[in-house]
Amino acid sequence: MNHRGILAIYRFEMARFRRTLWQSLVTPVITTSLYFVVFGGAIGSRISEVDGVAYAAFIVPGLIMLSIFTESLNNASFGIYLPRFTGTIYEVLSAPVSTVEILLGYVGAAATKSVLIGLVILATANLFVSIGVRHPLWMLVFLALTALAFCLFGFILGIWAKGFEQLNFIPMLVVTPLTFLGGAFYSIDMLPAPWNTLSLFNPIVYLISGFRWTFFGTSDVGVHISVAALLVFLLLCVAVVAWVFRTGYRLKS
Amino acid sequence: MQPVISISQLTKTYASGLQALKQVDLDIRRGEIFALLGPNGAGKTTLIGIVCGIVRATSGSVHVDGHDIVRDYRAARALIGLVPQELHTDMFETVWGTVRFSRGLFGRPPDAARLEEVLRALSLWDKRNDRIMALSGGMKRRVLIAKALAHDPQVLFLDEPTAGVDVELRRDMWALVRRLRERGVTVILTTHYIEEAEEMADRIGVINKGELIVVEEKSVLMRKLGRKQLTLHLLEPMQAIPPSLAAWPLTLNAQGSELEYSFDAHEEHAGVPALLRELDRLGIAFKDLQTRQSSLEDIFVSLVSGRR
Ligand SMILES: Nc1ncnc2c1ncn2[C@@H]1O[C@H](COP(=O)(O)OP(=O)(O)OP(=O)(O)O)[C@@H](O)[C@H]1O
Ligand SMILES: [Mg+2]
Repeated sequence: MNHRGILAIYRFEMARFRRTLWQSLVTPVITTSLYFVVFGGAIGSRISEVDGVAYAAFIVPGLIMLSIFTESLNNASFGIYLPRFTGTIYEVLSAPVSTVEILLGYVGAAATKSVLIGLVILATANLFVSIGVRHPLWMLVFLALTALAFCLFGFILGIWAKGFEQLNFIPMLVVTPLTFLGGAFYSIDMLPAPWNTLSLFNPIVYLISGFRWTFFGTSDVGVHISVAALLVFLLLCVAVVAWVFRTGYRLKS
Repeated sequence: MQPVISISQLTKTYASGLQALKQVDLDIRRGEIFALLGPNGAGKTTLIGIVCGIVRATSGSVHVDGHDIVRDYRAARALIGLVPQELHTDMFETVWGTVRFSRGLFGRPPDAARLEEVLRALSLWDKRNDRIMALSGGMKRRVLIAKALAHDPQVLFLDEPTAGVDVELRRDMWALVRRLRERGVTVILTTHYIEEAEEMADRIGVINKGELIVVEEKSVLMRKLGRKQLTLHLLEPMQAIPPSLAAWPLTLNAQGSELEYSFDAHEEHAGVPALLRELDRLGIAFKDLQTRQSSLEDIFVSLVSGRR
């Protein structure tokens, strides 16, 4: 195991994040605050409670997940796309590092950043409404695994993308809608008849539901199903990445 | 002695269908400076890319110090440093940050003193805290060399290190390569400047359209393929070459005032003295004479054009 190689990539990526730390943190904090003003303040005053939780608090896990999805996809895809674009990828490809090690470096750094952003959002939300976390350890596990899964997904996007436009394509077109339809701001029980069943085909429902459970102890779907869904997604991403590296897909000509 | 790099039956066909390498066999000796020459698109960068793990071979095998580059890639790659042809550099990193990254990436323990040595050798020490994007092209080239040397490789690939580089840097680079050789590092360089190969290399390989057409000691290559030219500046111009000189392939230049004899270097003993004796017998006098050995460039052009 070339642990120094992993650390070099990890530190390189973290340094890149540090250079843009300001933007990285300000954006989610402002976005969260806006969501609170709109959803928590304006709408929440009419809804009051969902599943016995104040609405303003209820949306916090969904908000965090929303940011984790987009941040993970953006950071991880950009992290690997940039060296492909500039050509600096040659060095990593010519180094004595295995595919797993490359992944640990790039995806590990992107996931670290996502988790940090998630925690910053949680802290920001706490300024608006006090939120107790029922299962803090599980909350961190969910946060970390979700970040990891979406960073892997982002990594794949970054390898697949042929241009900068394509980098934003999947997040914009697929993930954001699925998140909004995935119960980030409501419990899927609140949806009318066909939609609540259809929602069960949306993988993001399970992630948000499970994450919400770690906060409030209540969920739309069983927690074990959420965990299973998360692990399946994670393994799927790992499998695709493994295939990418084995075939050299878009990395080596 | 076992070759440091052993390439056998190496073939590369790109996805486009273009065959960039055709059954290349090549052994690189430990500690030598090997120059790979060839026109644009000959396959030089492709060959280097395969050895370094950036391009996948279609078939054939490469061993670096006995390690297969695919099965035993860690051991193989740890020995190699690569300076790519294009200036692929990070933009926002500092010089120091980027060489430290390179050393770590290759699994070597941090060693600030060694990195300082590398940067000083390349006149980059004063620039160590500068962002790479603020450096000139030549400086960026130095940074790439520093990155390649940061992990103390046994084999260094320089893919056109002196393209677009001023005379001073070029001379620095040559000096650096010689110092590396003294330390036992094997250097493989590609170049379009033939005088560079002539100046630096121990051996020369010529590649054209994916085929390695010649691999030879530089001196042998020049002796074997080099043509010599003898030019005689005649005292009095002559109209035609006398028939008794027909045995020598002579040409008459400069309105008959220069007689030129072109011959293979290794035939020189037979040809020249006899020619001079014959001229003397005919009473043809000359005021000056010159001989010129053809350069690698001439050899190269004749080789490559011969295969087209
Ligand atoms: N990624 C690629 N996909 C398809 N064809 C490629 C690729 N890279 C190189 N080629 C082709 O392979 C051939 C060999 O290219 P290569 O870069 O190895 O040549 P070279 O000898 O390094 O040339 P130069 O002196 O211009 O650097 C060229 O015809 C080139 O167009
Ligand atoms: Mg080239």
